[in-house]
Amino acid sequence: MIQITIDGKKLEVEEGTTILQAAEKAEIHIPTLCYHPLLEPYASCRVCVVEVNRQGKKELVTSCNTQVQPGMVIETQSERALRARKLNVEMLLARAPAAKPVQKIALELGIEKPRFEIKDPDRKCILCGLCVRTCEQVVGANAISFINRGQEREVSPPFGEPSEACIGCTACAYFCPTEAITFEDIHDRKVIHDELYLGPSTAIRVPVRQAVPMVPFIDEDNCIHFKTGNCQLCVKVCEKEAINHEMKEEEIEIEVGSIILASGFKSFDAYRIPAYGYGRFPNVITALEFERLVNASGPTGGKILLANGEEPKAVGIIHCVGSRDENYNEYCSRVCCMYSLKFAHLIKEKTEADIYDFYIDMRCFGKGYEEFYHRLLHEGTKFIRGRVSEITDIPLTEEEDGKLIIRVEDTLIGTVRRIPVDMVILATGLEPGLSHSELAHTFNISCSQDTFFLERHPKLAPVSTFSDGIFLAGTCQAPKDIPDTVAQAGAAASEALALADKGSFELEPITAEIDEKLCAGCQICVSLCPFSAITYNKEKHISEVNEALCKGCGTCVAACPSGAAQQKHFRDIQIMAEIEGIFID
Amino acid sequence: MSEKPKVAFYWCASCGGCEEAVIDLAEDILKVVEAVDIVFWPVALDFKKSDVEAMEDGSIAVSFINGAVRLSEQEEMVKLLRKKSQLVVAFGTCAHLGGIPGLANFWDKESIFNRAYHTTPSTDNPEGVVPQEKSTVDGKELYLPSFFNTVYALNQVIDVDYYLPGCAPPRDLIMNAVQAILEGNLPPKGSVLSPNKALCEDCDRNETKPEKLAIKDIKRPWEVILDPETCFLAQGVICMGPATRTGCGQRCITANMPCRGCFGPTDQVIDMGAKFLAAFASILDADDEKEVARIVETIVDPAGTFYRFSLPTSILRRRKLEGK
Amino acid sequence: MSQQAFEPKLVGFLCNWCSYTGADLAGTARMTYAPNLRIIRVMCSGRVDPQFVLKAFQEGADGVLISGCHPGDCHYQEGNYKALRRHRLLSKMLEQFGIEKERFRLEWVSAAEGAKFQKVCNEFTEQIRHLGPLSWNGGKKNE
Repeated sequence: MIQITIDGKKLEVEEGTTILQAAEKAEIHIPTLCYHPLLEPYASCRVCVVEVNRQGKKELVTSCNTQVQPGMVIETQSERALRARKLNVEMLLARAPAAKPVQKIALELGIEKPRFEIKDPDRKCILCGLCVRTCEQVVGANAISFINRGQEREVSPPFGEPSEACIGCTACAYFCPTEAITFEDIHDRKVIHDELYLGPSTAIRVPVRQAVPMVPFIDEDNCIHFKTGNCQLCVKVCEKEAINHEMKEEEIEIEVGSIILASGFKSFDAYRIPAYGYGRFPNVITALEFERLVNASGPTGGKILLANGEEPKAVGIIHCVGSRDENYNEYCSRVCCMYSLKFAHLIKEKTEADIYDFYIDMRCFGKGYEEFYHRLLHEGTKFIRGRVSEITDIPLTEEEDGKLIIRVEDTLIGTVRRIPVDMVILATGLEPGLSHSELAHTFNISCSQDTFFLERHPKLAPVSTFSDGIFLAGTCQAPKDIPDTVAQAGAAASEALALADKGSFELEPITAEIDEKLCAGCQICVSLCPFSAITYNKEKHISEVNEALCKGCGTCVAACPSGAAQQKHFRDIQIMAEIEGIFID
Repeated sequence: MSEKPKVAFYWCASCGGCEEAVIDLAEDILKVVEAVDIVFWPVALDFKKSDVEAMEDGSIAVSFINGAVRLSEQEEMVKLLRKKSQLVVAFGTCAHLGGIPGLANFWDKESIFNRAYHTTPSTDNPEGVVPQEKSTVDGKELYLPSFFNTVYALNQVIDVDYYLPGCAPPRDLIMNAVQAILEGNLPPKGSVLSPNKALCEDCDRNETKPEKLAIKDIKRPWEVILDPETCFLAQGVICMGPATRTGCGQRCITANMPCRGCFGPTDQVIDMGAKFLAAFASILDADDEKEVARIVETIVDPAGTFYRFSLPTSILRRRKLEGK
Repeated sequence: MSQQAFEPKLVGFLCNWCSYTGADLAGTARMTYAPNLRIIRVMCSGRVDPQFVLKAFQEGADGVLISGCHPGDCHYQEGNYKALRRHRLLSKMLEQFGIEKERFRLEWVSAAEGAKFQKVCNEFTEQIRHLGPLSWNGGKKNE
């Protein structure tokens, strides 16, 4: 450890620490423009200049790249240091008058106007080199560098042309302190960071913001490391050393006794109803998009804004989009009424807008839901009963100019109305999740008419399926809200645990059996069994059923040419008797 | 001296092969003749119907009746023998199941007569003479037995005590049966005097079945050179062995011909053809409708193949009689 | 029996998981359909022994239906394929017995297809009504 003094404060720091780092530790602020903790110091802006006293010798050094020495006395605010810093900032300000961080520091240092000539009042680049170092040290693409000298010096890709070496990661822009670098999408390169996009945002992220467990993963397609082999900034900043780029996706086989399917839903695709103009009108948004918009960590910080950044004066919320509709899904999605009411409440809370809520029936079935609806009724949301036929931007009156007009038959007053609004929220319904039918196939379970997974019995076995040991929870079984989902999930978990706890398994009583006195060992049945439950016993010259494996389909029984195989409870003699019974008048 | 048990033999609609089977007992027949008194055997001995009628009811220990019943005469005779006998044994496949004559159940009297007396290429019948049940010659009425539309197995006409299966029944089964009768060591009434298991039980080729039996192309025996050791089904040839009662001594199999089912089904199977169809269709190697149709197309005569010997005793018994 | 009074007697072998449930759905949904089909539940369409079909015809059925899960959806993976193979071969054989192909039907009805079950029942009934009674008479001794 090394003893030093900064601005009269004595402290101990590790060997190899820079003055800047030491000052930070002592909570002493040294301004800097070209320093970034994740990059090699470059000392190009020279704003971080300080005066040090080394064994009686006073000198000015840049604190970002000067390491402390034993007994060093540092003054960050000495007259000489301040004068030098001021001069450096004045030169930077003259070069890049539009650079906001420079302006800020200049203000702090009391500089009103640089003494030097300003050549370009719009210039922002201060030649700090953060971008060049980022591209080289972090990204490893080496797509940009300094060119020219003296006053002509600037940052550029080779020959000033869009460079093939650039991978379009936009890390340079991210590191640029003065917004001198902007990016635009040319060459169809993927822009990783796009806050308004509801999908992936960064290459390392959690799948969705409410994901459980809240564990990030690395998106290999977009991670710089997997493009250039460099970067790994995340490794540097992760104190827990939890990031490992070597890990590969792998398929793991796990033996389990039971499986709970909770594959969820996907939102109805609003593009499927062209009359509502989703995709054509930027201010027609889906429920999920509104949810994102109104989220405090969302793109607008939770403000409800139109595409042009203004607050809406009127908002329409349309229920049953894709639900209760013969053309799309006949079923009720069950959650939309309540979340629509919540939206109305939030809009009321956050804006002055008029709110119109278009519903077919208000389905407020849960605990406290009806009360919430009543609250909304008193808050001033205008409820209009009727299905919206169309959303248009073609005005018929001056009042409708520049508005979205919702055409609807108000069934309570029996007339067609046109309601002009600024924003429309489509309460999109629920549909079975992605890969739903593949899952049904994999787990050999049926789907009901509405294409959701079919439970074993709607009343008596609502979480079981026709496949033993496979249970259902949540919206993969039917649309339901969170309380219902949690309840069903609990039931499914209990069913699964009950199986595990018992340690034994009740076999179906309906299995095949082969009478060994009658079996000739022809093995027809062995070939037919899809569960490999029948084996041929070479010593006894007979085929034998393993009752634990037999699922009791009876295919072997139907096929057994000598009648040695029978299905319990569905014996030939029983079915024959049924057939006879049918014809007794 | 106690009287030797009386035995009768009779034949109905049959080829005579079963009579031949009795002759084929060779020197064993001497043992039989020594032990019993043959009182009626139209094919070999000159007894008349009236001789049988003259006997006391139940005086014949056992009647061995072969052949299916398709004429009124046969019906009359088997009923007579039933009355006079303590035991009736259906001897051979035709009596047991209907046999080859039973295939006539795919037609009826009219179509059979039409074929036999009019349309076969070898028919020479310019006047179109067809047998009549009653005709008058020189002022005298002559009668012929009436011809049924349907061929019957013996037990569909009279009560049958035992069945000796096979076309024709093999020697060892006949001898076992005779011995059992002489010793009074008989199984329950209605038994088929052959083991109640399928032929695969005794088939030397059974162990050559592949783990998964699947047939893509069906071949008829004359279309391929058959391997003498491999399971016929594994070679794509229809073999009724899995659905046929054993006891025949693999006569066809050792001659490198697949089983055709003359021993009939095992006790627990009602309809041999349907049961074999179920088994055979199941192992066709096709899940696709078109492919299934293609394979099925190659089975030329499923009913005739699966019911070659058992049509009259099948569930449906015969083709639908039109207009009735 | 006059032609107008002819009500076909149909026997249906329905698999437990798809078609029987589908029929149940048609029932719970209070769909009305021809009441001519008498249902026998089996665990899988692969359980249907051709003997049952013959027995049904012999007992007096005018038509027989086997209904199972759609191909690929069998609860027992492939029982319905066995049913398919047997059905095609048995249909061919039934024709040799003078029983028209139309009288022996194979359908795929899933647990969700109550409406399809309704349609199948109605169609089949009408088809057989049109075809007339089978009145199986095969081989009764009193011909």
